[in-house]
Amino acid sequence: MSLRVLNGFKFSSLKTPVHRLDPRAKFLLVIGIIVPSLLFTNIYLLSALLLVQVPLLMVGRVTRRWVQSLRAGVFLSALIFVVNFFTGPLVNAVALTLRFLLLMTTFSFFFMTTSPDDLGLAIDKVGFIRWLSRRWLGYPNALSFTFTTAVRLVPTMAVDAQTVVDAQRSRGLELDKGNLLKRVRNYIPILIPLLLIAIRRSLELAEALEARGFPGKEGRTSLFELQFKPVDYLLLGISLAGIVLSFWVFFHYHVPTI
Amino acid sequence: MKIDSGDFLAIMGENGAGKTTLAKQLNGLLKPTLGRVTVDGDDTTKKSVAQLSRKVGIVFQNPDHLLFSETVREEVGFALKNFGFEPGVIVKQVERTLEAFDLAHYVDISPFLLSGGERKRVALAAVLAWEPDYLILDEPTIGQDYQQKERLRNFILQLNSQGKAVVMVTHDVEFVAECNPKVVLMSNGKVLAQGQADEILSDDGLIEKASLVKPQMAKLFSQLDGFGFPRDVVDVHRAKMLLEEKLLEVKVRVAQSS
Repeated sequence: MSLRVLNGFKFSSLKTPVHRLDPRAKFLLVIGIIVPSLLFTNIYLLSALLLVQVPLLMVGRVTRRWVQSLRAGVFLSALIFVVNFFTGPLVNAVALTLRFLLLMTTFSFFFMTTSPDDLGLAIDKVGFIRWLSRRWLGYPNALSFTFTTAVRLVPTMAVDAQTVVDAQRSRGLELDKGNLLKRVRNYIPILIPLLLIAIRRSLELAEALEARGFPGKEGRTSLFELQFKPVDYLLLGISLAGIVLSFWVFFHYHVPTI
Repeated sequence: MKIDSGDFLAIMGENGAGKTTLAKQLNGLLKPTLGRVTVDGDDTTKKSVAQLSRKVGIVFQNPDHLLFSETVREEVGFALKNFGFEPGVIVKQVERTLEAFDLAHYVDISPFLLSGGERKRVALAAVLAWEPDYLILDEPTIGQDYQQKERLRNFILQLNSQGKAVVMVTHDVEFVAECNPKVVLMSNGKVLAQGQADEILSDDGLIEKASLVKPQMAKLFSQLDGFGFPRDVVDVHRAKMLLEEKLLEVKVRVAQSS
């Protein structure tokens, strides 16, 4: 099923050096890769940014899952290639497809190697988000909690989706039958139960949280504290330098596609 | 393993033993990677899920995974439409099935407004409406009160007498003990034992291996072993008969000695 693609964004609970990096530093690395890949369409640069991540994926021992998610993304990348091939030059189509694969790889690298708990802690540290959360929701850590929950629920929802698909196929529903309109309509029996399950689950979650005293008071402490290690500072430095350099080059030079 | 028409089979075992996986093999939702699964002589790898489901109906554990229609009538008719029944036949079948499940007064009501037990019955009706030859029930007794369980039991027996095969995947030892079907005990993806429920459920070794608990009657009779009772008693009716016999015997003996 197409749900295989989600595997590439699911956290793998391993303890590799990549998993142990500070989530904030890792996030900055993601931005450090995304910024140049969105600013430039140079094929060499995009390939290099893609290749740089391969050793990281290998150290994080998630290469197989990454390949799986790429395989699931083949259809979309083919679509991007074809559309751009007919609307512009070939190199452009190649560059944009490469960019898509690169973005997918980067995000899947981040989500596969960062536990939702670490991510929540990291977001909780950002003053701006705490301020925003206090303004909107009345509590400083409500927003970061919302985000963590959303990330955490993805695999659960994927399991639910599979069960719903199985249940409806057992009732004779054939998803890939009929013309385009019919095919879209085929998904109604999948989406409605899934939506209702999600709503019901969130209500239950809210009650369970309230029962455990969420959201608590201003000075909430946490069991684990995030701390930068030397390697995190190094990563931070490289990423920041990369971002600054990218913008500088972008405003001063014109970089060709090939 | 073989399931004949008119069979009544319970698949039991601990969580993750492979019960649901086995059930999903039966209508082709999962295809065997090793060995063969055949339905009426047809290999499941060569038929679509829709084709197989026409013969093998699976009722999933949670009705929320399949209910999506605006009315109970549409819900129950959904599969019939997928299988290409004539409109006239659909109307008749839906009416008949709803009648059988005591749901006739809900035809025009949204299934989401019904109670948990009623939703479960709608889900069951939605599968039975097309009269599959083999019926697979995944955890049919969860969240059902005693009366509904009793009704379910009668219903299964009725289907059995019509020559339909019923397979249920369950943890509910007492329910199985009352019905006394054939039991397939599973553990770690393998079939541990097969046999009549009273043999299997009174066997200490097997019960332990499959991390089940003995039905209460079996517990009682294994403790009464010294009084010359058989050990393989699992249902109340047989227990009552045996105890009454014994009581009469004792009464007679007391009368004789005085």
